Parts: sequence; C-alpha cells; structure tokens
Amino acid sequence: MSSVNIQTEKKFSLQTFFFQWEWLLLLIFVMINIINAHLSPYYLNTFTLLDATMGFLDKAFIALPMAFVIIFGDIDISVGSTVALSSVVMAVLYNAGVPMYLAMLACLSVGLICGFINGILIVKFKELSAIIVTLSTMILYRGIAYIILENQAAGGFPQWFSFLGWGYIKGIPFILALFAVTALVFAFLLHKTTFGRKVYAIGNNAVASRFSGVKVDKMKVIVFTLTGFMTAVASLFLTSKMGSTRPNIASGYELDAIAMVVLGGVSTSGGKGRMIGVILSIFIVGLLRYGLGLINVSSQIVLIIIGLLLIVSVMISSLNIRMGKSKE
Amino acid sequence: MSKYILELKGITKTFPGVKALDNVCFQLKPGEIHALMGENGAGKSTFIKIITGVHQPDEGEIYFKGEQVVIDNPNDSKKLGIAAIYQHATSYPDLSVTENIFIGHEYICPQTKRLLWKKMNAKAQEYLDELGANFESTTMMKALSVAQQQIVEIAKALSANAEVIIMDEPTSSLTTSESEDLYRIAESLRDSGTSIIFISHRFEDMYRLADIVTVLRDSKYIGTWGVNEVSNEDLIKAMVGREITQLFPEKKRVLGKEILKVHGLGKIGYFSDISFTLRKGEILGLTGLVGAGRTELCQAIFGIHSYDKGHIYLEGSEVEINHPSDAMQLGIGYLPEDRQAQGLILEWGLEKNISLSALDKISRNGWLNKKEEIKIAKRLADKVNVKARSVFDLAKQLSGGNQQKVVVAKLLTADLKIIILDEPTKGVDVGAKSAIFEIMTDLAVQGYAIIMISSEMPEILGMSDRILVMREGRITAEMTGEEASQERILEAAMKKTA
Repeated sequence: MSSVNIQTEKKFSLQTFFFQWEWLLLLIFVMINIINAHLSPYYLNTFTLLDATMGFLDKAFIALPMAFVIIFGDIDISVGSTVALSSVVMAVLYNAGVPMYLAMLACLSVGLICGFINGILIVKFKELSAIIVTLSTMILYRGIAYIILENQAAGGFPQWFSFLGWGYIKGIPFILALFAVTALVFAFLLHKTTFGRKVYAIGNNAVASRFSGVKVDKMKVIVFTLTGFMTAVASLFLTSKMGSTRPNIASGYELDAIAMVVLGGVSTSGGKGRMIGVILSIFIVGLLRYGLGLINVSSQIVLIIIGLLLIVSVMISSLNIRMGKSKE
Repeated sequence: MSKYILELKGITKTFPGVKALDNVCFQLKPGEIHALMGENGAGKSTFIKIITGVHQPDEGEIYFKGEQVVIDNPNDSKKLGIAAIYQHATSYPDLSVTENIFIGHEYICPQTKRLLWKKMNAKAQEYLDELGANFESTTMMKALSVAQQQIVEIAKALSANAEVIIMDEPTSSLTTSESEDLYRIAESLRDSGTSIIFISHRFEDMYRLADIVTVLRDSKYIGTWGVNEVSNEDLIKAMVGREITQLFPEKKRVLGKEILKVHGLGKIGYFSDISFTLRKGEILGLTGLVGAGRTELCQAIFGIHSYDKGHIYLEGSEVEINHPSDAMQLGIGYLPEDRQAQGLILEWGLEKNISLSALDKISRNGWLNKKEEIKIAKRLADKVNVKARSVFDLAKQLSGGNQQKVVVAKLLTADLKIIILDEPTKGVDVGAKSAIFEIMTDLAVQGYAIIMISSEMPEILGMSDRILVMREGRITAEMTGEEASQERILEAAMKKTA
C-alpha cells in the first residue's frame, strides 16, 4: 500500500488558537462593557443589561441570515425596506379588520416573498451583482410601502402584541430568549449541516461547487428567501416595540446588519467567517450604541463611531490575511 | 549588417517544474514569411512571448538586425518594431478603429497636448486603404467581424512601424475567403519588406503562404526547412515523432457491455451530430485541437451546459441531465480541465474538498458527520496515493499532480459508472502523470467506463482502447487503439474543410 501516511489527527497549535478574530472581538466586547459601566453607575445591573438588549436585538434577527448572504460573497441591502413593507402591510390589514395573528402571518409572508424575489433576480440575471439587484428592490419595496400607507402612521395594535418587543418570560426578555434560540439554530445550520457546508463552498468557489454537484442557484434562492423571512421577524419585533408603523421605519437597518456581520469577521469577498463572531459583534454594536446613548451622544456621531469601528475592523482583518499569507 | 532581421540563439525558459523552451534557435530574414509549427504545448506560445517581451529567457541571446538586444517587457519589443497579432484580437470593442490603432502612440499637439483626431483618422484610413479594408476608420471596433478586427490589428502594427509581425493562428476563426484576404495582405506586407512569423495548425496556410518552416516539439527546436523541400509526412513526423516511453500501463482489460450511448447530440455553435457509444471497462480517448468542441461536448453530457439536439442513453434508457447533480446521481462524474478554478476549493483542506461531491454520504438528515468525512477522505486519498501530511492540508499547498489526485479522489466518493477526464495530465510532471495513468487503468479494470479528453498524442495512443477525433465540433474519425497512429489522428484533427 501507500508508503506515505496521511495524518487524520488535527494538531493543536497555541498560535492558531489565539490567532483568531473572535478573541479580538471578545476584547472589544469587554472594553465596551467596562466603558459603559464607567459612564453610568446603573449599567452593571442585570435589569439594565437585559433592558439594553431589547433596544437592538430586532436587527440581530437580520444579521444572522445576512451572515449566510455575505459568506456567499453577496449582499442584501433591501432588508430595511423589507422591514417597512412587511410592517406596513400588517398594520393596514389589521386596521382593515383582519385578525392580528393573520396580519402577522401576512407580515412574515411579505418578507418571504421579498426575499424570494431578490433570490430569483440574482440567480436569473447573473450579470447583475447582488448589490445592484437589492439596491433596486430596496427602492421598490420602500416605494410600495409609501404607496400603501402614504406618509402616515398606522397602529392601534392589540395589547398583547406589545409583548413581542417588551415582554419578559421568567425574568428574561422574550426577544432575548427567542434570539438565543434562533442564533443557536443558525450557528448549527452553518457549522454542523451540509447546508452550511454548501454555503461556504459556494462562497469560496461557486464554479467548483457546481462542478461538484452543489445546486448553487437553489441554495442562493433559499438563503435570500430566508433572509427575507427573518427580516419580517425583525419587523414584527420593531413594530411591536414602537406600537405603530410608518413607511419610513427601519431606514439604515441594512447598514447596521451588514456592519454586525462584517465586524464579526465575515469576509465580504466570501467563504469565510463564523457565527460566534457575528453574535459577538451583534452585542458589540448594540451595546456600543446603548453606551453612547447613555452619555447623550447624538445619533449622527453614533453613526460616525460605528463607521470608524467598521473601517478599523476591516483593516485589521485584511492585515490578518496578509500576515497569514506571508507565513507561507 | 546581419542578413537576419531577428535571430534567437539557445533560448531556454523554465517555469516552476516545467521546461517550456529548451535551447531553441530561430532565424528570420527581412521580407520573409516564416511558419512556426508544432503540437499544442510544444512551446510556440512561450517562444512568441519571449520575442514580445512578455517572458524573459533564462538563457540565450536575441539579435535584432545583427545587434544583441535585451527585451525586458512588451514595450521594448514594440520599440524595436516587433508586433504580435493574436488569435483573439485584444482590442477595445467600444472604441473606434482609429482609437484602437493609435492607442499608446497617439498624435498629440506639442503645445496644447490636444489629441489630433483628424490627423489620426486620416492616417488610419490610409493604412486601412493600403490593406484593402472595406470599412471606415471611424467605425466602432465591435461592429467589425473577426477578420476585419484582424486587419485593424495589422494596421496597428504598421502604425507602430513594425518590421516584424507575429501572427498567432490568425486564420483559425476565419472563413476560406477571409483567409484568402489575409494571405493577400501578408504577401503584400512581405513584398514591402516586412517579416512575418506565422503560427498555424493548418497545413494549407503554411503551404499557401510561408517560404520557410520551423518546427518545435516538446519545447525543443527540431528543424527548419524550405516549404517546398519538405514533404507533408516528414513534417508531421517532425511535429509528433517522439518516442512513447513506458509511461503507460499495459492494456489488459475485458470490455463489458455498452453503458453509454450518445446519439445525434448537438449544440449550435459548439458541436453537432455527435454519436458514439461507451462500454464498461473501456477507456475512450477523445482528441482534437484545442477548441474542437471536446470540452463543451463532455460538459453537456455532465449537465454543465445544455444541448439543443440529440439523446443520451444510459444502460439502454434515455436520460435527461440538466445539472451536474443529475449526472452524478446517474453515475456520471467529470474531472474538469482547470482543477484550480473548477475542481478544487483551494482554501479548504483535503477532507472537505474530497467530501464536497458526496455530502449526503457523510451526513444523516443533513447533519454532517465529520469523523466519517475524515475516514472517507483518508481512505480515498490513500487509494489515489496523494502525498500530503494530513487530511487537513490545504489544497493550495499541494503540487499540481497531487491536486489532480485529490480531484480524482473526489470523483471516487460518488457511485460512478462513467468517468469523464478532461485533460487529466495538464500541467503535471511525468511522475504524477504515470500515477494518474495507473489509477485510470485500475478504474477501468474495476469496470468504470472512462472518457479521456486529451490533446497529448502519446497519452491518447498509450491509454485508449478506442479513439474519437473531433474537429470543428464534429467527430471526424473513430479508430481502435491498435489501428491508430499519430499521423492518422493529426490528419483527422487538421483535415481541410471540404
């Protein structure tokens, strides 16, 4: 038989163990908490911390599937508009006498359809990049939301609906509990299933994946549809939190979701990144915003800070790649 | 003053692992049309790239008009007056003919730095008229036919005062009458003192046009003859006449029953009227020149591309294949020509690469079983004798031959009956080549049916039980391994269109 023996054991190396993006994220996470604790004496209090999560976790439901999209090497910037459209449809239906649970179902369906349309367009028109397709649908979906509701607010939802955004289960915010479960599901999906493996394969080399029998187009449609669906879930939470809706809600959500994913170590050129990093960076971005809110920093300055954080993180990760290359 | 305008002596060029040119000599007289011939991979392209400064030789000297020169980059060769016209015109489709001709050496008003379009347009028209072109210098490049674009390329060479023009397979995509026009232009250039190096696979080009022919084979200089002094047979022998070494395992297989039948398969613009059969345990060699439609045909059978006409029968019943996953389900595997772009995920370890085409084998209800994955990867990597430290080694760290073995291992994960190998030994060294041949023979003995696409004569002859030759999208010859000869194959691959 063969004279060479191919090892099947992974050698543990301290260097590679500590040379991981997630450690840096953990460091940033701890630092932000320390800074926040200094800014407000009430910060390091279980209730405040739990309360803080209610403020940003709606976006996190978009960031989870967005990680899949960006691992493909694609992007979806239509999610903010999808939030608005699905929310507006739900409000209008409810106010027209449709039972709330059906209106909520309609909200989820609208998200699903929006995502499906994105997926189909991207797969059918290969010469258009995902950013162009979703830029178009971003304008389109927002436009439809304006046509449906004009520039008005709609609300008057039943009392129980506010539970989604504000409710607690056994002392834990409902949104946090659901996010924990969902994040776990997405992490397993990406790392432990054939589905996740195919996502990475396509992101690394779509041509080789196709030659290996991976149904690239089908996978893309599924992931974009999933993104649309999860965006509608985020829309439910956001609408519940606000108690009413307008066609202009959730503007800039796409940027926050993408920032969370990219900061989490998912490369925009595709094929790389882990769910744990994305989850960490969801809390980094969220708590950073919360902390800045504590000291009354204006929202424009918040955007500047998040932008800078993103640039620095992209710079460090590209440095990372270069160092990795020079080692060979 | 030397009697040669361009002379190359002892040119040697080595790329990592491959000697692309080995002590090649070449002499070009002023006002001469010199044909350069050889098989695919004989070193012609590298040779041209040395002259045009794309590559620099490791050894050897270049003389231009008797003086030794160093050509460090394409600009140097341009300055000397050397221009190359490639098979696929390297033009700017959205610019005008004038712009294409003068790009890089525009007429500029010395004071205002303004571009002198009127002057350039007029001058471009002058060149076009000289070449007998039937279009205006202000036409958009993309509105022109391939033949017309080639005339623009020649005009471009003239505008750069080229004294040596290299034409790389200029007639390969031209019709007979267009070729005739090109011959006429080449002749008039020759008569006005320009030297032309003419590369072509078509013998009729050479006989019609060239005064003298130089043959390269296996990166080496074989000889130079006057076109009228050398017979067709001698020339073919010079091009292919290498010894077949003991690279190939013995053929002692029993052929089984027919497993694949392709009937009348066609795809407009790529191949047409393709019919053949394949038996269990058979190695079917599919050869022809690059661009003859071999890859497109096999990719259609594998479901990468669609076909417009015809039927595919597997074990007697007709099948429809719309996607590679359909083909793999039916037991057809394909080893792509470009293993780095189409066969592997270079950033991944061996284990993930090997399992990618068999994810359902290493999973239950969609859940990956990584232990099983490692086990399968290890077994298959050992089976094809991949040289690696561990199954987690990244594909990009392996040598070309080992990468190819990994792609073969990938094929073996599926329950295949038919394996299509597209140029399986491209760019791998001799050792890995013979290892791949051994694997192929093993597989055939085990009852796999194999289609091997190859441009390399010796491996087609050494490996195949039966050989199909394609030219311009059609099968032009079918022969058994015994009756095949290099001459017969080359004749079928290059036969003049009636």
